[in-house]
Amino acid sequence: MVLGLVALALVAAACAPNATQSALEPKGPYAQKSFDLFVPVFWVAVAIFVIVEGLLVLFVFRYRHRRNQTPRIPAQVHGNTRLEIAWTILPTLILAGVAVPTIATIWDLAAKPTGDVLEVNVLGHQWWWEFDYPGQQILTANELHIPTGRPVYLTLCAVGFGYGTPVPSQGGPPAPNECQTGPPDGQPPAGIGAAVIHSFWVPELAGTQDVVPDLTNHLTIQADEPGVYTGQCKEFCGLSHAYMKFRVVAHTPEDFDRWVAEQKAPASPDVSGPAEAGKQIFLQTCIACHAVAGLETANGQPVLANGGPNLTHLMSRECFRGCTLEVNEENLRRWVADPRSIEAGSFMPDYALSADEVDQVVAFLMTLE
Amino acid sequence: MASVSVPAERPGGLLRRPHATTGFWSWFTTVDHKKIGILYGITAFGFFLIGGSEALLIRVQLARPDQTFLEPAVYNELFTMHGITMVFLVVMPLSAAFFNYLLPLMIGARDVVFPRLNAFSYWAFLFAGLFIYSSWFLGGAPNGGWFGYAPNSVTDPTRGMTFYAIGLLIAGIASTVSAINLAVTILNLRAPGMTLFRMPVFVWMGLVVQLLLAFSLPVITIGLVELLFDRLFGTHFFDVAAGGSPVLWQHLFWLFGHPEVYILVLPAMGIVSEILPVFARKPLFGYQFVVFSGIAIGFIGFGVWAHHMFAVGLGPVANTAFAVSTMIIAIPTGVKIFNWLGTLWNGDLRFATPMLFSIGFIAMFVIGGLSGVTHAVVPSDYQQTDTYYIVAHFHYVLFGGAIFGLFAGIYYWWPKVFGRMLSETGGKLNFWLMLIGFNLTFGPMHVLGLQGMPRRIQSYPASLGLSFWNMVSSIGAFVIAISVLVFLVNAIASFRKPKGMEADPWDARTLEWATSSPPPDHNFEEIPVVHSLDDLWHRKYAETEGGRVVPVAAGGSGEDAAIDEHAGEHGAHGGGGHAIHMPSPSYFPLIAAAGFPVIGYGLIFGVPAVAVGLVISLAGFFGWALEPSAE
Repeated sequence: MVLGLVALALVAAACAPNATQSALEPKGPYAQKSFDLFVPVFWVAVAIFVIVEGLLVLFVFRYRHRRNQTPRIPAQVHGNTRLEIAWTILPTLILAGVAVPTIATIWDLAAKPTGDVLEVNVLGHQWWWEFDYPGQQILTANELHIPTGRPVYLTLCAVGFGYGTPVPSQGGPPAPNECQTGPPDGQPPAGIGAAVIHSFWVPELAGTQDVVPDLTNHLTIQADEPGVYTGQCKEFCGLSHAYMKFRVVAHTPEDFDRWVAEQKAPASPDVSGPAEAGKQIFLQTCIACHAVAGLETANGQPVLANGGPNLTHLMSRECFRGCTLEVNEENLRRWVADPRSIEAGSFMPDYALSADEVDQVVAFLMTLE
Repeated sequence: MASVSVPAERPGGLLRRPHATTGFWSWFTTVDHKKIGILYGITAFGFFLIGGSEALLIRVQLARPDQTFLEPAVYNELFTMHGITMVFLVVMPLSAAFFNYLLPLMIGARDVVFPRLNAFSYWAFLFAGLFIYSSWFLGGAPNGGWFGYAPNSVTDPTRGMTFYAIGLLIAGIASTVSAINLAVTILNLRAPGMTLFRMPVFVWMGLVVQLLLAFSLPVITIGLVELLFDRLFGTHFFDVAAGGSPVLWQHLFWLFGHPEVYILVLPAMGIVSEILPVFARKPLFGYQFVVFSGIAIGFIGFGVWAHHMFAVGLGPVANTAFAVSTMIIAIPTGVKIFNWLGTLWNGDLRFATPMLFSIGFIAMFVIGGLSGVTHAVVPSDYQQTDTYYIVAHFHYVLFGGAIFGLFAGIYYWWPKVFGRMLSETGGKLNFWLMLIGFNLTFGPMHVLGLQGMPRRIQSYPASLGLSFWNMVSSIGAFVIAISVLVFLVNAIASFRKPKGMEADPWDARTLEWATSSPPPDHNFEEIPVVHSLDDLWHRKYAETEGGRVVPVAAGGSGEDAAIDEHAGEHGAHGGGGHAIHMPSPSYFPLIAAAGFPVIGYGLIFGVPAVAVGLVISLAGFFGWALEPSAE
């Protein structure tokens, strides 16, 4: 009975309505392909489970030594070759039956989708996700916006500080076809986030694909309906691995086009009041890592530096810090004031800003819509 | 300890040879495979309690969403140490305990081939464990997972993964040496008449496991040396920017790591294959098939490693190949399960505690095996990999499988080893609590994984809807903890009973039950001569022409071992029964092993200690080489 619980639990789980990141509820054709393989294999496994455990329980009851039974020494049966052959061949046939659709689907999922495909480069950092749309010249973080009904072909790269985060919309280098394996010029600064292995997983839209420093991996996802699908890094990637999440926001094609247009617009350089003071602080410190399109330094250079999330449209995002904090004034203030009190091992330095300076920086950030 | 290490500073020749074979200090110098087996067992059980406590802390942290009981740094150390502990410091050495104690007895030998090397293996293992655990006090424990994936394991700024690399290298030396020792013992020290196909299945599984160790440990050794060099000496084996490859580590790790799974579970399969026939009172069904499927698992086990890497991006060709090889390895595993069922069929089943744990093993292992097949379905595995579904799967294999099997073995051979029975009431309580707690803990993890809970996360938000099953799982973990406490009480209480166990309390089938409980130092008064598989059984029972099994008139076990065996002198160690020369105790294996952790500390904290460690080990090895094995 204890054994049956496991199977029961699995069945119950399939119906559980409250799991919001479940592989058991595919929301697009690519997740569906994994699921369509899992379900029949699961039931075959359940059938074998019932037969084997059933025999076990049957034998245990049928052949148990009863207390007042006269001791008996059973016939010393040493085996049966026919049975051995049968229970070697039978599982082989079942497994062969499982292998055929498995192999077909492996190749199916590995193929690059044809037709109208959106291509996005996914960059895994310690511990946040960057999304680079080479065709649209958009760079965003922690939120992957996609149109419904259209395959999205992802190129997955693991990057560390300064590792080829392209900023094409600001005249930066075009996105490479292959993941870059090192910083364009020399070694990254010591003690800054390293290029380590991550794994991109948004279970409702597709199975996982690792993001590995020396590989250029691909994954296709697709959502059938507009909505928000959560995902997170699945491969242990260091201290704050549990907080490396993201969300996929699926729009209708029209809404997606609108979103693209908004994201392509540069930030307005004209700010006033505390935000202006915040902008000056930003230009002295934050630009070491964070780019903002449309912003210029004192000597007229565009703010191109990278390593941290591009903040051009920060306020258009719902979440930051690996999509574990809502973007709002209070959270931004806590984060800017002391990132490491929020994220263990965070690679965002604490600049020891005064409370006023923090307010000013946050006031500036709030203008980045 | 201090007084033991004193001789290290002196040349070996000046050291007076220890002679005591009883008393506290004799445990430090013993070369008796039985005592070493007990040392392995006690040490591994100690680590089992530690590793279990780590698991409890993990389950407390995960019992509810958004908890802050453990911060990420500590949480990462805990899951890493839990994995390292359970794999390298619990299941492997606990299996080694059984192999050490039982293999010589089961094949009718007086000891292993190299008794001092055997002691050396134990001490190196102990020092490896202590070395790794000392990291908690020296800047932080390993925190990159037991799988230690590069480059994270290289770039991590704490010392933890250096301790990991060195500690596992030392443990690897211990295991390699022990593997060679035991394999040679099985092949060369079998009693007269004990042909390979008269060996008990446990001995066969022992042989397969030793060969798996001997061939897989070199692979992880290379990986660990490269990791160590990357961390300490600035090499770039896994550094992409300099042309290295992180995927190389994964291949090295899993080319060891998958055979390792069979290293962990085959001993338990061997134990269960011994216990089922005894408590069913009929021979193992399909002995040859069970043996050959074990050998097949050993071979194929080297060809499935990349099924741990389906999501890495090796491409569809590799994924197809490893999907197929993984499905193939399910076949011999299934054959074993069916043969165990065949053994139960038409038996006269007695449910003493060893039998309960053995049946629990089969029941749980079937679940782990079936969920394993779902991983071989690669596109399905894309969803399951690195989730709690995997955690559930391998706990069904390594806890429901290996640990249940090892507990079966503990209850079964306890009277042989200690001359006292464990309480059956306590044993049954232990079993049922463990079975229920185990399924409560790990059953829900299947669901959690499929519902989107990745492994190795310190926390999860309430919004994911994972709270209920996590709470159930955490409650189950404490039920397991209670079951282990019940065992502990049972074990301690057994020593209050008088020693006076008969040789063969279970009416068993194999040679270790032909000698007294516990066996004498030299195991057998005379080396037995073997005439068949299950030799002891055939000395006790004969089959009539009608196929009925009747007790042999002479009855008993010990005596008739001597009746037909005037041939004792032909035995490998035959000494006529009166003046049997056993190898003498020695300090040197302990000293030789004691240098290793010192070298390890030197690599981390400063070169002088490397020299000191080398001197200690070399002194140990020289003393050992110059000392006669027996005097």
